[in-house]
Amino acid sequence: MMDEPFANGKSMIHRIDPRFRVVAATIYSFAVALCYGFAPLMAAVGVSIILVLLARLNPGRVCRRLLIVNGFIALFWIMLPLTYGGPALYTIGPVDLSRAGIILAAKLTIKSNAILLAMIALLASQSFATLGQALHRLRVPGKLVFLLMLTYRYIFVIEQEYQKILRAVKIRGFEPATSLHTYKTLAYVIGMLFVRASHRADRVYRAMQCRGFSGRFYSLAAFSASPANWIFLCAMTAAGAGIICLEWIYHG
Amino acid sequence: MHISEGILSGPVLLSGAALAAAGTAIGLKRLDYDRIAQTGILAAAFFVASLIHVPVGPSSVHLILNGIVGLILGWAAFPAILTALVLHALFFQFGGITTLGVNTLIMALPAVCCHYLFASLIRRQGWMVSAGAFGCGFLAVALSALIMAGSLVFTEIKFLEISGLVLIANFPVMVIEGIITVFCVLFLKNVQPELIA
Repeated sequence: MMDEPFANGKSMIHRIDPRFRVVAATIYSFAVALCYGFAPLMAAVGVSIILVLLARLNPGRVCRRLLIVNGFIALFWIMLPLTYGGPALYTIGPVDLSRAGIILAAKLTIKSNAILLAMIALLASQSFATLGQALHRLRVPGKLVFLLMLTYRYIFVIEQEYQKILRAVKIRGFEPATSLHTYKTLAYVIGMLFVRASHRADRVYRAMQCRGFSGRFYSLAAFSASPANWIFLCAMTAAGAGIICLEWIYHG
Repeated sequence: MHISEGILSGPVLLSGAALAAAGTAIGLKRLDYDRIAQTGILAAAFFVASLIHVPVGPSSVHLILNGIVGLILGWAAFPAILTALVLHALFFQFGGITTLGVNTLIMALPAVCCHYLFASLIRRQGWMVSAGAFGCGFLAVALSALIMAGSLVFTEIKFLEISGLVLIANFPVMVIEGIITVFCVLFLKNVQPELIA
């Protein structure tokens, strides 16, 4: 169900300290999110593509990810040209396609994909376990990190439980359809999932107590902030600042 | 229910992040360490359950389940949903860093509201349980769609029609979530009543 196709690699990006990657991704994404002009947005796409290339990710896989995620953006391409108003770029029969609407949809698409590409290059390029430890070192509250790791750990277990229940239901002849019976069955499946999750949680908590759980989150990961990491962070911050400057110059 | 990266304006993103941070802080404060395993593993169950596709006519919808999340977890819904969204962002790139706050708010605030509105009703007996459960499932999704539409409109008034479409498109989801919540609550009341008590 969930794999981490970008997590393993030996590229320059993969070697950067995960803490620095998280901070750089945050600064850079917010900088891009605040831009509206074509010039800064195109610059952002450029920077993001460079990041993906530096991370040496499988281009086919990256494109597939982008395609799936762009579904929400498609809604804007359908609606904005029809509803934005103003002078028309094209007229198809009785329908005017608004010029401003098409421009806005294009800008949103560029912005969204620029942020996504940077996120794939910087965040998806580490395993979730590493991310959790990095967040812990970045002083994210211990309880939240604990919750993240615990949820991640048990999603795969619960998914197997779900497959087991689903198999049991199918063997009894269940076929999903648009009917009250289907909804009832699925609701029971979901309810059963919660019951099993809750029972498992009791057992897990007892096991944790046996091992002396005291509410502290321990992490053995050793991160080192070498100068190269600081240079990377400065470069990403500069890229973000540069994009914001472009926004100011052209559209301020 | 996600808003993609790159759509919302700076002020909307920041206010969403601030409100979500406040909600998460309350949720974490109320979450004792002896409940953390329950919350984490239930959050995993919600994550898996929200990937289930429910057939509607020729198409299918996937569930959000924030009504039941609110019923079971209360304020802990905020950190639990935030966790699920981080996983979504990392594994599927649905949503991301800048929209994390807004998306958490979209799903978690209705969950907490529904907890306060319907939890006492669901603890009773008879038809009121079903009515409360339907209201809980229906309203949680409806409020989520409303907050989502609101954040779009506050970004750009020209997004009004798109927001309307979001509301209309989510109407079937509201009804189905209502129905599923009824059966799920009745099931849990029979099998493990302490989960929603």
